[in-house]
Amino acid sequence: MSHGFAPIVLDEVRAVASRFPRKEAALLPVLRVLQRVTGALGPAEEKLAAELLGLEPVRVREAVTYYALFRQKPAGRHIIQICINLSCSMAGAGHSLADLQTRLGIVPGETTPDGRFTLLTVECLGNCDQAPCLMVDEDDHGRVQEEELDEILGRYS
Amino acid sequence: MTREVPELMDLTEHLFELDVYRSRGGYKAARKALGMSPVAVLAEVKDADLKGRGGAGFPAGVKWGFIPRDGEKPVYLCVNADEGEPGAFKDRWLLTHDPHLLLEGVIITAYAVGAHDGFIYIRGEYEAAALRLDRAINEARAAGFLGEKIFGTEFGLDITVFRGAGAYICGEETALLESLEGKRGEPRLKPPFPASVGLFRCPTVINNVETVSNVPRILRDGSEAFRKLGRPGDGGTRLFSVSGAVVKPGLYEVPVGAPLKDLIFEHAGGLPPGRTLKAVIPGGLSAPVLRADEIDIPLDCDSLFRAGSMIGSGAVIVIDDGTSMLDVLGIMTRFYAHESCGQCTPCRIGTSWMRKTVVRLASGNGNMEDIDGIARVASAIKGRTLCPMGDAAALPILALVTKFRTEFGSRIEECRARNRS
Repeated sequence: MSHGFAPIVLDEVRAVASRFPRKEAALLPVLRVLQRVTGALGPAEEKLAAELLGLEPVRVREAVTYYALFRQKPAGRHIIQICINLSCSMAGAGHSLADLQTRLGIVPGETTPDGRFTLLTVECLGNCDQAPCLMVDEDDHGRVQEEELDEILGRYS
Repeated sequence: MTREVPELMDLTEHLFELDVYRSRGGYKAARKALGMSPVAVLAEVKDADLKGRGGAGFPAGVKWGFIPRDGEKPVYLCVNADEGEPGAFKDRWLLTHDPHLLLEGVIITAYAVGAHDGFIYIRGEYEAAALRLDRAINEARAAGFLGEKIFGTEFGLDITVFRGAGAYICGEETALLESLEGKRGEPRLKPPFPASVGLFRCPTVINNVETVSNVPRILRDGSEAFRKLGRPGDGGTRLFSVSGAVVKPGLYEVPVGAPLKDLIFEHAGGLPPGRTLKAVIPGGLSAPVLRADEIDIPLDCDSLFRAGSMIGSGAVIVIDDGTSMLDVLGIMTRFYAHESCGQCTPCRIGTSWMRKTVVRLASGNGNMEDIDGIARVASAIKGRTLCPMGDAAALPILALVTKFRTEFGSRIEECRARNRS
């Protein structure tokens, strides 16, 4: 099975797949790993997952298009997820979002032209006592003040 | 600080490390349980009146009792750590600060129901919590608390951490099972219930993180002590995630049945200076809103139900007079329209229709007939979907537009005036 994926990627994917009692149960974990190492779940990644797990390609496409954390096209180097649900909105998330849009020159769903940031809005990150909150990649940022945004963004090059 | 009640929340630093957890008496309850018969363990938990902490409030011991004994198929245990209810962050705390407590609860639960495989389904965004949990599992395995022959008994158990991928509906137990099987998270028709046909069509117990984390102390202190902490039929203490317009947003533990007012005004410090209370959402976004004059009630499943709401996952969102209920309605309708899995027509079409109506109202192109229309659509969703999400969308929206009808009238006029100018 050669897909142009590096052996190290294939090894990691196979290792994840082997941890589950049934192959189909490994689909989400396998997609997660593939997205992390390749950046997006395009046709090549879908094909690899389908063959590895013995699934119909359509089953893989169904999962890729259903879950919000999966993406079919590459994102920027860093992903900003800003919560806009109730507690964060009451704490000023709307202002933080407007401010981020101005600073980055993009609207939610877009990536900056230099490929540095992708901006996404999300519904509740489960960090409501830290409202308004956001995540950059896998880091949580809470009680975010507008004047802190430059400093936070500056940590991600 | 003196402790009024034996608490679930242990604030000891570095409790997530096995040595620290053991120095606090950790894993003694599991050792004790594995020295009892599974039937005796189940009876102890059943007697404790531990209601599920995930939202539905079903008694955990009763749920375990539905698992067939000595069947041919393997039994699976799934822990629901897909905390996605807006306002809730209790499971994140437990996973991050006290992961061994959850693992100890998993060992006892698995032993009681005869499961040898456990899955912890943790939401995709909880990166730090998942890392802590992975680390705790490795420590427990190395110490012989997981794997084969736990504590030298014949009982074996292994646990797999499964990461969600961003779908609120996967917190619904049958959607969670579909997701674990690598499919889209579309809820299943019940019955059959997961206790008979669950993961891979095998008998399955699904419990919330906080529910399972309560199990060790029931074994340690006995069911009577746990039961006495709470109300008849609803034992123990509960964790409440308090957010919104309070001085001290945070996680608070109170006995089941403690006054909602005390939680807001004493524990969370009341509203910030100059603000007054308008409403409280007592159990996460899906719980029907209570007006300020309706919050003099105890925090237990039955009392919240009688008040026309629900305790849900214990997420209390406090709303002050400066917040527009039209904005709240906008957030609610957007959320449910986004999270509907699309399987049932009333939920798929209804939530999107309500969302579009609120957008139009906010742009100044609507009137009170639209509010009546939203109430009609919400009523049409209620009770007409496979899973509880239909009601979870319909009931809070109905409560909001009914209880704050006067305010909607003036907000809509404001929007119309803004549109004209």
